[in-house]
Amino acid sequence: MAILIDQNSRVITQGITGKTGQFHTRNCVAYENGKSAFVAGVTPGKGGQDFEGIPIFDSVAEAKAQTNANVSVIYVPPPFAAAAIDEAVDAGIETIICITEGVPVKDMILTRDRMREKGATLIGPNCPGVITPGQIKIGIMPGYIHTPGRIGVVSRSGTLTYEVVDQLTKLGMGQSTCVGIGGDPVNGLKHKDVMALFNNDPDTDAVVMCGEIGGSDEEECAEWISQHMKKPVAAFIAGVTAPPGKRMGHAGAIIAGGRGTAADKIKALEAAGVTVTANPAEIGLALRSSMGLD
Amino acid sequence: MKVHEYQAKEILRSRGVPVPRGQACFNVDDAVNAAGALGGERWVVKAQIHAGGRGKGGGVKVVSSVEDVRKAAEDLFGLMLVTHQTGSQGQEVKRLLVEEGVGIARELYVGLVIDRASQKVAVMASSEGGTEIEEVAAQTPEKIHKLFVDPARGLTASEAESLMSKLDLSGAQLAESVGFLEALYQAFWDTDASLAEINPLVVTSDNKVIALDAKFNFDDNALFRHPDIVALRDTDEEDPAELEASAVGLNYISLDGNIGCLVNGAGLAMATMDIIQLYGGEPANFLDVGGGATTEQVTEAFKIMLRNPDLKAILVNIFGGIMRCDVVAEGLVEAAKVVKLKIPLVVRLEGTNVERGREILEASDLDMLTATTMAEAAEKVVAAAKG
Repeated sequence: MAILIDQNSRVITQGITGKTGQFHTRNCVAYENGKSAFVAGVTPGKGGQDFEGIPIFDSVAEAKAQTNANVSVIYVPPPFAAAAIDEAVDAGIETIICITEGVPVKDMILTRDRMREKGATLIGPNCPGVITPGQIKIGIMPGYIHTPGRIGVVSRSGTLTYEVVDQLTKLGMGQSTCVGIGGDPVNGLKHKDVMALFNNDPDTDAVVMCGEIGGSDEEECAEWISQHMKKPVAAFIAGVTAPPGKRMGHAGAIIAGGRGTAADKIKALEAAGVTVTANPAEIGLALRSSMGLD
Repeated sequence: MKVHEYQAKEILRSRGVPVPRGQACFNVDDAVNAAGALGGERWVVKAQIHAGGRGKGGGVKVVSSVEDVRKAAEDLFGLMLVTHQTGSQGQEVKRLLVEEGVGIARELYVGLVIDRASQKVAVMASSEGGTEIEEVAAQTPEKIHKLFVDPARGLTASEAESLMSKLDLSGAQLAESVGFLEALYQAFWDTDASLAEINPLVVTSDNKVIALDAKFNFDDNALFRHPDIVALRDTDEEDPAELEASAVGLNYISLDGNIGCLVNGAGLAMATMDIIQLYGGEPANFLDVGGGATTEQVTEAFKIMLRNPDLKAILVNIFGGIMRCDVVAEGLVEAAKVVKLKIPLVVRLEGTNVERGREILEASDLDMLTATTMAEAAEKVVAAAKG
């Protein structure tokens, strides 16, 4: 089962001929069922060519018509990334994963507005992607640190997610699906949306969530958990030491107007029954304790 | 990206948003000439720094003679202006805005921000202008009225009217304020702004509605399509270390502690700062080397960190994904030699090719401590910093 993607996913890579697209497509194809899952690439003007055996099309609509793909992953440069999402939505792609970092917020506001009522699911932009260990990897994460299992992972950042996955794997706790939702202020799935998917997934027993300063996604997720979540959740919130008014790398990671502090998020999550650890080296242990294993 | 008040007002003026007449000044004579050119009997001399709270900090002077404009300018130029946003050292005043005095009947507030929850632009308006809007939001949230703009349609006149009428405006004042808000929204949208605050928005004694102050921030990701706004950047207002870092593709932010950290990825970099504090130390900086971390970048990163005289130790925390630990290790060894590192260095590598990376570190004659977990690394660097 897992969530969002599995071995039966049929994936289009938008921006397959760029340097980043090539590098990561190669790694994704090499992971588990990648060879059969990555069915098409899209680069306008290069239709008819192929990338290491993967056929390239001029448009997503054409690629979908020819290959019956249902997922797309986007590596196109920031000025064109939102238009690439629009194209995938219009072509009827169900799940769109946008890796591109640096997409203008206004572009994303317009794209998200166009997506209302269209039924497509967006992950990102500015995210590492999604992996269902042992089945398929769509994104830039190192596949080998993951191991198949029953823990869901959702996070706003890249390397911090790898750190958590590594801890889980070393504790013998495999992962059902790991979702990087990205660090931008206007994006697709949020913590609570992914939490809802894990809640309904029979192959997920518990969830680790990594949040960070800025916005109120974690607070909204806490509210959702307190009302609906049936499975144990452990969390870490990065940025306890971050000063207000300074953007910590991610476009969304900023404490503005006294809102979006780590303390507020931790308080909300604890009130919702989530096991929150202040120690990023002990996120895996926090999950064990939330599951009553220690 | 931030701009000065006078620059924000130029943007507004050119887009039909009413602002007071004024001139930017770079020396005392400029200020005197500006007052003469503006004419009238009352002028406002305003220090131009990026931080807020300038009025309370003594950076805004209202004067009634050209001679007093001169005195105000002499006082303000070169002043280390301290506000609640500058830190205790303050920020040096290098530019002034001299404006005509305005007869004020009412002070209101209008702000535009990107609302993450609705994924729209939120327009906020309040009758409580002139004060800290955070205080109004905390104490009397019912006095802040909001509307969320449909991005495809833009702000309509009837939406603007419905919002502004909640501030007890009517007749000519209401009509003026609706025109003001429509033009302000358009300016915000067209320039890819991420924040606009007009505080106060004033109703003048002759029923005009104008922006007495203006604060604009712009979306860094959209600057590629606004060269006119990029040209307004004033690097004097930025931390020299942060500037230097950004020139070599590093994301660096100075903090108050004494333990430098060099990390790949923003989330892990924040988590590293947090664990340093958790183990009793204080981080000296946030530093995300991104996905590359070449020898040159690591060398520059060390140099920038070492310019901080309070620095007592450095923690390197790299989780290699695409970035291979052996390459990072080679870069670290080389960089440490180049900068002749004399303070303790703790290195924690994990991920791709980690064994090879650790071997390279062990084999080097560098004096460094290694750690396998973040906890061990934090413990060691905090102990090292305490000497």
